[in-house]
Amino acid sequence: MEKQQNLLEIKHLTIQYVTEGEVVHAVNDISLTIPKGKTLGLVGETGAGKTTTALSILQLLPKFTARIPTGEIWFDGENLLEKNEARMRKIRGGRISMIFQDPMTSLNPVLTVRDQIAEVLKLHRHDLKGEALDQEIGRLLEMVGIPAFRMSDYPHQFSGGMKQRVVIAIAIACSPELLIADEPTTALDVTIQAQVLNMMRRLRRELGSSMLMITHDLGVVANICDYVAIMYAGEIVEYGTVEDIFDPERKHHPYTEGLFRSIPNIYVESHRLQPIDGLMPEPTNLPQGCMFHPRCPHCMERCTVPCKTAATDGDGKAQIVEASAPTVVEGTHSIKCHLFAKEGEPA
Amino acid sequence: MSEAILECRNLKKYFDTPRGKLHAVDDVSFSIETGKTLGVVGESGCGKSTLGRTILRLLPATSGQVLFEGRNILECDKKESVELRRKMQIVFQDPYASLDPRKTVFQTIAEPLQFHKMYATADGVEARTYELMRTVGLTERYASMYPHEMDGGRRQRIGIARALSLNPKFVVCDEPVSALDVSIQAQVLNLLMDLQEQMGLTYMFITHNLSVVKHISDEIAVMYLGQMIERASSRDLFANPAHPYTKALLAAIPMPVLGQKNLESEALSGELTSPVDPKPGCRFAPRCPYATKECAEAPYQLREIAPNHWCACPMAGKL
Repeated sequence: MEKQQNLLEIKHLTIQYVTEGEVVHAVNDISLTIPKGKTLGLVGETGAGKTTTALSILQLLPKFTARIPTGEIWFDGENLLEKNEARMRKIRGGRISMIFQDPMTSLNPVLTVRDQIAEVLKLHRHDLKGEALDQEIGRLLEMVGIPAFRMSDYPHQFSGGMKQRVVIAIAIACSPELLIADEPTTALDVTIQAQVLNMMRRLRRELGSSMLMITHDLGVVANICDYVAIMYAGEIVEYGTVEDIFDPERKHHPYTEGLFRSIPNIYVESHRLQPIDGLMPEPTNLPQGCMFHPRCPHCMERCTVPCKTAATDGDGKAQIVEASAPTVVEGTHSIKCHLFAKEGEPA
Repeated sequence: MSEAILECRNLKKYFDTPRGKLHAVDDVSFSIETGKTLGVVGESGCGKSTLGRTILRLLPATSGQVLFEGRNILECDKKESVELRRKMQIVFQDPYASLDPRKTVFQTIAEPLQFHKMYATADGVEARTYELMRTVGLTERYASMYPHEMDGGRRQRIGIARALSLNPKFVVCDEPVSALDVSIQAQVLNLLMDLQEQMGLTYMFITHNLSVVKHISDEIAVMYLGQMIERASSRDLFANPAHPYTKALLAAIPMPVLGQKNLESEALSGELTSPVDPKPGCRFAPRCPYATKECAEAPYQLREIAPNHWCACPMAGKL
């Protein structure tokens, strides 16, 4: 039953970049699900593996360096990792599409906005030709709040906010079932960000799409997401509904707490922020045990070694596997940390 | 009240464009006291970066005065301005464009030390460079790396280390943390505040991030289309924003708290109007929900609506 509700299901995904003599452990054994019509916020800092995760869904990872040793990505009942390039092309931009991070560089400067939107439509909707194609492009532009007569303009004639709207128009051109938005508002001003977020909410409602929202802005997450996954050094350290994650009364992973304490709060006077000490570990040289232990204020001895934890394999059989830290699940809320696990027994 | 280290009087910076004069900074006056921080907020295109650069003479001003320690620096000769560069530094906005791609991290940070002959020996330069790298959280193994090998956050730290290398008195921070992750951003903000305490630095902190500006500033100035439209103490501005634009800005911040989900914020409609040959009257009027006929004609004037709280809205106090 669960499988039908979940549009996207990632299971034990591990991604590495192999370069000369070095292995970058970008994503380490993550699992997540996005139910139909819901929005998952993937939160983390630079280098946490957010974008790598997103690119792996679309199979846009660099061909010669990226390796996926384990994992499955189920989209609407099919494992995307087993699909060949020709079949992925049908899905990419059609059923799953992506809004890239930087609107300034993700548009082609020598093509008009019309041509750039038309490209997607020509690939996925062969019935649209001539007049109908132009009409559809105009409709898409108006959906994102740009007057249709501007379709023959070039990207440099638009402001940053409008360029991002064009990028969004391209992404929604084929009414995708899953929309991956990689930091869609990071480059925008707050008042324009508010406009774009309002617009994305409206589009999500009209199209009924599911969304994977990649961001480092917890404010944006609180505004638009249903579920939140906090990512650190290629792992998901905390996962739950927005209510689970943002309720200060509940238990949280020390990294999540650190993140919240790092944000200046407008309503509370504070002289100093309490940032997390240190830096994120190098993905080429991850620490033993819990990835966060070198920076964690609650670090214990058992955090520094890998632990045994219960897991279910592909057939649903329970088994004991090795993990960096135990995952404690309580309803919809799960935390990957020793603090909340009982000592001695697998969580 | 302590002495103002920097004072701006009716500073203007216009750019010539084929379509007319672009009013990037228009009639801006303010002062910053020694050891304090003035936050300058506004959206892209409001002239906040141009203001910072004009003050440092990285751009020639059109008219007006900039007094640094009582001296109008816009009239300084070349020798004096080299001297001034040591006291006034800038951390640039874009960590991708502000570093020389052909210099290593070490060379970039050491360059100002060598140029100003701060140390007699190469060892002195080396020791100071490594000290600066540690101050901003870069480990020594980055010393021989080139900017393209590093991410945005680390690049910005190089820019900060470079600006601090000469022990300046006044630093213009042009969006120094915008490219950084929150946990690193908090570290850098704390670092900047610590340095201010230890070295008595004065900052002009340019940013679009309102929660950051509130945290670090003593006083905040809000800019819109080249004009300073509101100025008040940090606490005052957030407690009692007077200008409709300031109110809209504050309302637009997505807050990381519960109960925000799917809440349609009252977004301002429209975007910035053109700063080329702007019409007289309030420049915010075309987007302002409270605009009246008078607004289109009212001349720009900062009025003191409460002690040390200045606002340019012609309707301020009447709303």
